Amino acid sequence: MATTGVDAPGRAQIGASTLRTDRWWIQPAFTFGVLTAFVVYSAWRVFSGQYYYASPYVSVYFSPCLATDCAEGALPGGPISWWWLSPALLTAWIPLTFRFSCYYYRKAYYRSFWMSPPACAVSEPHGKYTGERRLPLIMNNLHRYTFYLALLLNIMLTIDAVLAFRTPNDYQWGYVGVGTLILTANAVCLWFYTLSCHSCRNAVGGRITHFSKHPVRYKMWTVVSKLNAHHMMWAWISLGTVVLADFYVYLLASGRITDFVFFTV
Amino acid sequence: MGYSAKFKVWRGDDEGGALEDFDVDVNEGEVVLDIVHRLQATQAPDLAVRWNCKAGKCGSCSAEVNGKPRLMCMTRMSTFDPAETITITPMRTFPVIRDLVTDVSYNYTKARMVPAFAPPADLEPGDYRMAQVDVERSQEFRKCIECFLCNNTCHAVRDHEDNKDGFSGPRFLMRIAELDMHPLDTVDRRDVAVEDHGLGYCNITKCCTEVCPEHIHITDNALIPLKERVADKKYDPLFSVSSLFRKATGRDKAPETPKG
Amino acid sequence: MTELERHSYDVIVIGAGGAGLRAAIEARENGKRVAIICKSLFGKAHTVMAEGGIAAAMGNVNSNDNWQVHFRDTMRGGKFLNSWRMAELHAKEAPQRVWELETYGALFDRTKDGKISQRNFGGHEYPRLAHVGDRSGLELIRTLQQKIVSLQQEDFRASGDYESHIRVFSELTITRLLTNEGHMAGAFGYHRETGDLVLFQSPAVVLATGGIGKTFKVTSGSWEYTGDGHALAMRAGATTVNMEFIQFHPTGMVWPPSVKGILVTESVRGDGGILTNSEGKRFMFDYIPDVFKEKYATTPEEGDRWYTDPDNNRRPPELLPRDEVARAINSEVKAGRGTPHGGVFLDVSSRLPADVIRKKLPSMYHQFKELADVDITAEPMEVGPTCHYVMGGVEVEPDTEETRLPGLFAAGEVAGGLHGSNRLGGNSLSDLLVFGRRAGLGASEYVDRVGGAAPAVTDEMIAEAEAEALAPFGVEGGENPYTIHSELQETMNDLVGIIRTESEMQEALAKIEGYKERIRSVGVQGGRAFNPGWHLALDLKNMLLVAEAVAKAALERQESRGGHTRDDYPAMSPEWRQVNLICRSTGDAVELTRQPLSPMRGDLLDLFEVSELSKYLTESELPKGEH
Ligand SMILES: Cc1cc2nc3c(=O)[nH]c(=O)nc-3n(C[C@H](O)[C@H](O)[C@H](O)COP(=O)(O)OP(=O)(O)OC[C@H]3O[C@@H](n4cnc5c(N)ncnc54)[C@H](O)[C@@H]3O)c2cc1C
Ligand code: SF4
Ligand code: SF4
Ligand code: FES
Ligand code: FES
Repeated sequence: MATTGVDAPGRAQIGASTLRTDRWWIQPAFTFGVLTAFVVYSAWRVFSGQYYYASPYVSVYFSPCLATDCAEGALPGGPISWWWLSPALLTAWIPLTFRFSCYYYRKAYYRSFWMSPPACAVSEPHGKYTGERRLPLIMNNLHRYTFYLALLLNIMLTIDAVLAFRTPNDYQWGYVGVGTLILTANAVCLWFYTLSCHSCRNAVGGRITHFSKHPVRYKMWTVVSKLNAHHMMWAWISLGTVVLADFYVYLLASGRITDFVFFTV
Repeated sequence: MGYSAKFKVWRGDDEGGALEDFDVDVNEGEVVLDIVHRLQATQAPDLAVRWNCKAGKCGSCSAEVNGKPRLMCMTRMSTFDPAETITITPMRTFPVIRDLVTDVSYNYTKARMVPAFAPPADLEPGDYRMAQVDVERSQEFRKCIECFLCNNTCHAVRDHEDNKDGFSGPRFLMRIAELDMHPLDTVDRRDVAVEDHGLGYCNITKCCTEVCPEHIHITDNALIPLKERVADKKYDPLFSVSSLFRKATGRDKAPETPKG
Repeated sequence: MTELERHSYDVIVIGAGGAGLRAAIEARENGKRVAIICKSLFGKAHTVMAEGGIAAAMGNVNSNDNWQVHFRDTMRGGKFLNSWRMAELHAKEAPQRVWELETYGALFDRTKDGKISQRNFGGHEYPRLAHVGDRSGLELIRTLQQKIVSLQQEDFRASGDYESHIRVFSELTITRLLTNEGHMAGAFGYHRETGDLVLFQSPAVVLATGGIGKTFKVTSGSWEYTGDGHALAMRAGATTVNMEFIQFHPTGMVWPPSVKGILVTESVRGDGGILTNSEGKRFMFDYIPDVFKEKYATTPEEGDRWYTDPDNNRRPPELLPRDEVARAINSEVKAGRGTPHGGVFLDVSSRLPADVIRKKLPSMYHQFKELADVDITAEPMEVGPTCHYVMGGVEVEPDTEETRLPGLFAAGEVAGGLHGSNRLGGNSLSDLLVFGRRAGLGASEYVDRVGGAAPAVTDEMIAEAEAEALAPFGVEGGENPYTIHSELQETMNDLVGIIRTESEMQEALAKIEGYKERIRSVGVQGGRAFNPGWHLALDLKNMLLVAEAVAKAALERQESRGGHTRDDYPAMSPEWRQVNLICRSTGDAVELTRQPLSPMRGDLLDLFEVSELSKYLTESELPKGEH
């Protein structure tokens, strides 16, 4: 028998797709707006392939920079010589897939982009639904690999933040500009976001059945669980800091502003 | 400080029905179920409603109030504006029997499909030893009062009757997670979770968590960890190799620990 | 008229609370085909509401505990009116029944060494209640429910049919027990969903229908508590014992009005909560009765020390048996020292840190937050007595739970005897398990003995049962059952409540006669499908019969004891302790007779000091000589 969504035969024939009286659409609309803006901005920056290094700062999208023609100072630079597009494209897929397969972002885009469902007890506009059981969405089960890669990437971004404590151009240790703070904050937020990941929670201890036999991993699990409770918050904050960190570098590199320096040797 | 409130209550059965208007008195401190009872006692003696404890403990009085899945006995009238018209309908995912009462047998059928708890065969009653930290995760899930609001709200079946065959809903995936985390259980239910209970239908959109009157973190603590455990087995060759290795070297074999 | 739905089973169990489910498991494990019948959905029976825990002398927390101590506590709690044999079996078998639950998958809170943790409760000498936070009843019922499912899975593997041995009929109300020549033959009822009538044929029936709370206005019970089992049994020819003993739990919510009566678990006090009046006084110290003088602290300081050092201090009087605490609260309120909404204060906020309260008493925290807008970690609760439990019940054989009617068994709250005149907290859940199992076993053995087939059910019997069930539909413009029900509740609450006197009870009995008259003309609107008005009209008959039994027994017993307090006979009398009051139904009225208690076995008597026994027993009953 053909189904008719929430008014399928046998159920109470109520007719409305929802009877909610609150403004349930605000949240998905907001998420939709912000994520779209983020994707557009990131695509522009990643494909542009320019203005990503302003000594001593490198844009998050371009680190590690793996193409031979990377801007000088963007590390490590070099091995891939045949690449002719924006160097960001060599690495940007890592955070992209990480966030795309993130349990929180999945919720966010399933709700706000795919409207499956747009909000709780609001019916979705699709006749058929198979969830994450088929390609491509079944691939989201590989989230843990993107998590491992994201860890590596975070190490790189942390190095970038540390290197931002050097003076521009002559790279002497002992420098703090606005960019230094932004890059550091970004690295910290990314760590919080990454370590609060559900796959991380499973890996450090969640998969164990007998916590009492693994006190150290239990402790780690407890800590990650605490972070995990705020995973959504870190997902949003780190999204903001990424854009901020990149945009600041862009402004510097394109010569629109100059760095404000708090301290220098 | 009583007042007269406007209600719309869905009345009907599987052949059809409609929202009916009522004006009814509301007194201080009352909940929606009190109002339904007042309707029964004064205006509609045959208004069908299911309830038991009126204390949020039995999970019988599930319905939808202003479109939101809720326990009627735990929905205080003071959360509404006195001028507001309050709509009550039955749960919309299950077949309706009459008025606010639905046929929730789907849930009992699914419950019967979950492979039961299986302790080690040689463990005598009285000899069970479990550490508090090891039972706590499953204890959270055992707070479930089986109101079935989560299964009612999950869009995978709410909007798709045809998925009922393959998908058991958050309540019973959580039950699988509960048994999987039980320190003395000996069965691996991960394949069953995917194949018989449709874990993959869940797209972790968290509506189950939003409506759970027991505030169980269904998605974060049961469904996602279960998905991760399934990934350990089915989608993670690295982990499978390392656990094979640990099995081979005997590092994972405390005799009384059947799992992990 | 459609064909009558018929089923036939070896054993039918009426009631799917703890007692019914445990009985069904036992009968199935003895190879019987079992039907479980309940008025609500499977897993929703009243047992889910139990909070505090299951009493069993496992000795996990204090190793001094053993069955003898538990037996003594139970007898003292019941003021020695208990069926001593039941109290003995209960104390001995409870630990095994609790451990069994773990093999079904229950997850109790644990001690440090991984055993089942046990908590303190009123009247129990040692920490004794196995629990899960404050949702122990939920754990119990869910565990038994899941065990039944696992048995059904086993049956499925063996026979290809989940229901080959156990079938659950939920939302089905039994309206009548059918007998043939004084033997159980079956039961008759209707599906709540459709209104269709059903006949069950079976040589053995286990009644596990719970209590009678809905005959009272302020009650912790749910709508199911209409005393069906008591009434069904009496009408079929069985008897009830000591129906006058009704436990008023000292702490029910008193505000807001719509939640008045909802229980505030005793664990609040077990975990340190104190009772104060409007003057801020911890008044329970003024209400320690003589029989308990040696066992309770006399100063707040000593009481407080007990929580950490129970071996060297006496427990605070907040943990006296429930009847004492309920009466004390009643007196404080009557003396004008009550709270604004007519209760007293129960405070944990000043006793425990907020996070500990939320951890130990999560559902209480939740309940007050959501229903009364009170944060119990920051302010005291207002509480007052609420009708909670009926100690009296269907009279049974202690070992087999068989009633006076061959083939009819009873267990759980519907059965009488174990608790005497007052039940200790936690002793009900253990009662359900111990005697539920015994009833299932008793029924199975009975079926084996009589050879399986049920006595015949005649067309006449069916016609009579049908007419009875459908009677309210025949009445044009009859009286609203909701009105009679609320009047009855008011009558029982006000006139046969916590404190009773002869004149008030006579007035109550007169009113009950009036309701009996009016109920004949009760009419219902609408059709038979899920029609709550009809359901209530039928339940009301049961409540009336039960109310009459309670009032008659209460009028007869001229003493105060446990859950029966007479203003006109305030003392406890050793002579009355020798008397059980038995009720049977004579068709349209309740007939009351006195019956002597059997004397306690010598070895059990020896468990007590003579000085203690002499407070309860007559001179001639005391053991002679060697003490
Ligand atoms: C709020 C609260 C807290 C409590 N806390 C505790 C505690 O901490 N410890 C403790 O030991 N005790 C406690 N008790 C008492 C205890 O919970 C009950 O006495 C016990 O659960 C009764 O169980 P039962 O199996 O006898 O019946 P119930 O669980 O009440 O089940 C009765 C069953 O019979 C069915 N039934 C009734 N009439 C019919 C009919 N006519 N036809 C078909 N089916 C019928 C019902 O549908 C139901 O399934 C508490 C009670 C309350 C109210
Ligand atoms: S999180 Fe999964 S199970 Fe829960 S409502 Fe969403 S899709 Fe359904
Ligand atoms: S998990 Fe929560 S919402 Fe779902 S059935 Fe249990 S209590 Fe209800
Ligand atoms: S990063 Fe969000 S869940 Fe892994
Ligand atoms: S009536 Fe029990 S949860 Fe509402």
